[in-house]
Amino acid sequence: MLQFSFWDILSNLLIATQWTIVLSLIAFFCGGIVGLVLLFMRTSRIAPLEWFTKIYIEFFQGTPLLMQLFLFFFGIALFGVEVSPWMAATLALTFWTSAFLTEIWRGCVEAIPKGQWEASSSLALSYIEQMRYVILPQASRIAVAPTVGFSVQVIKGTALASIIGFVELTKAGTMLNNATFRPFLVYSLVALIYFCLCFPLSWWAKKIEGRLNVAR
Amino acid sequence: MSYKLQFAELLPYWNVLLYGLVFTIVLTIVSTVVGIAVGTAGAAARTFGPGWLGRIVAVYVELIRNTPFIVQLFFIFFGLPALGLKLSETTAAFLAMVINLGAYSTEIIRAGIEAVPKGHIEAGLSLAMSKWEVLRHIVLNQAFRKIYPALSSQIIIVMLGSAVVSQISAEDLTYAANYIASRNFRNFEVYLLVALAYLLLAMLTRSLLRALGRVIFKAR
Repeated sequence: MLQFSFWDILSNLLIATQWTIVLSLIAFFCGGIVGLVLLFMRTSRIAPLEWFTKIYIEFFQGTPLLMQLFLFFFGIALFGVEVSPWMAATLALTFWTSAFLTEIWRGCVEAIPKGQWEASSSLALSYIEQMRYVILPQASRIAVAPTVGFSVQVIKGTALASIIGFVELTKAGTMLNNATFRPFLVYSLVALIYFCLCFPLSWWAKKIEGRLNVAR
Repeated sequence: MSYKLQFAELLPYWNVLLYGLVFTIVLTIVSTVVGIAVGTAGAAARTFGPGWLGRIVAVYVELIRNTPFIVQLFFIFFGLPALGLKLSETTAAFLAMVINLGAYSTEIIRAGIEAVPKGHIEAGLSLAMSKWEVLRHIVLNQAFRKIYPALSSQIIIVMLGSAVVSQISAEDLTYAANYIASRNFRNFEVYLLVALAYLLLAMLTRSLLRALGRVIFKAR
């Protein structure tokens, strides 16, 4: 019978951690791009666009991420397309991330004094130009800390992809547990690896936030 | 798309869904009440307790906040029996939820406590109020007023996160959905319905908490 040593378990978990990191990065960057588009729509003052983003955000913030994963996994299949766990996880996490990032960034945009909008509009800047040259450069300063903070939620969110069969850290933990029957050790290591991924980001977010308070 | 959605196939399972819904609601209410109690104790220990206790609480908070809920759940349900502590699915689900919300609310309530001006505490003490009276009537009273919105959204996040307890077969709303999907294979229909149920639940919880906040924290 095959035996797993402590190092076998750890090295297998670390291999799977790569997929957690890859999935987190993709979800975060694609979610960021979609979120930015949604942010423009949300602050555009064009009623149908605003309504669309409101409903979009309400849906993705008001339903469990697990349900969204299931819906993508089984929903796309209805169109006759073969869905891999990888594709469903990427899509669901991207949309979920974008909804939260849009709301975070909208708060930052709204924190910019109204006078900035009025001044730039009296300089004949279009909406896109106002956002590009006046509002976003200022808003992005306040946005860094909560955005980094949210990246921790994205990493933790990828753990749910294990449920639809995507092999990342949590799924690898479950598989190793089934093979070794050492749940305490396996899940402690899994938790520890997640902690090592997330804690530096949490700490960094807190540090940036503190620095911003001093500047004010 | 040649597939026709067939929601009627879900009708015979209404009682399964109802049971799951009630389970999710009870799970949320119990873990909210107990979790906030844990959070209050944790926050008080961090700000007023001895240094060693504060450090233990800090480690607890950071460990929980930086690991996924599903891993905490698996650790409690699969890992703890190895140490001789065997829990049923339901107990493990409740315990994991309380531990999770406890950590988040510790951090939220601590922020509220730290926002209370020091002069208020000194004023209370100089009026011969005991330490407990100061904590209860001056510190926590003001702290909760300030952090109530943050705490409300955390409760909703935890409620949505509770969908994960289905993975250790605690019989919540998601478990009901999985059960039905495995019976009649109407996966998309059942998950769409349950997702909308969660959405409704989240919106209801939000307005309920807002109304409750207006009653508790009446404008002076």
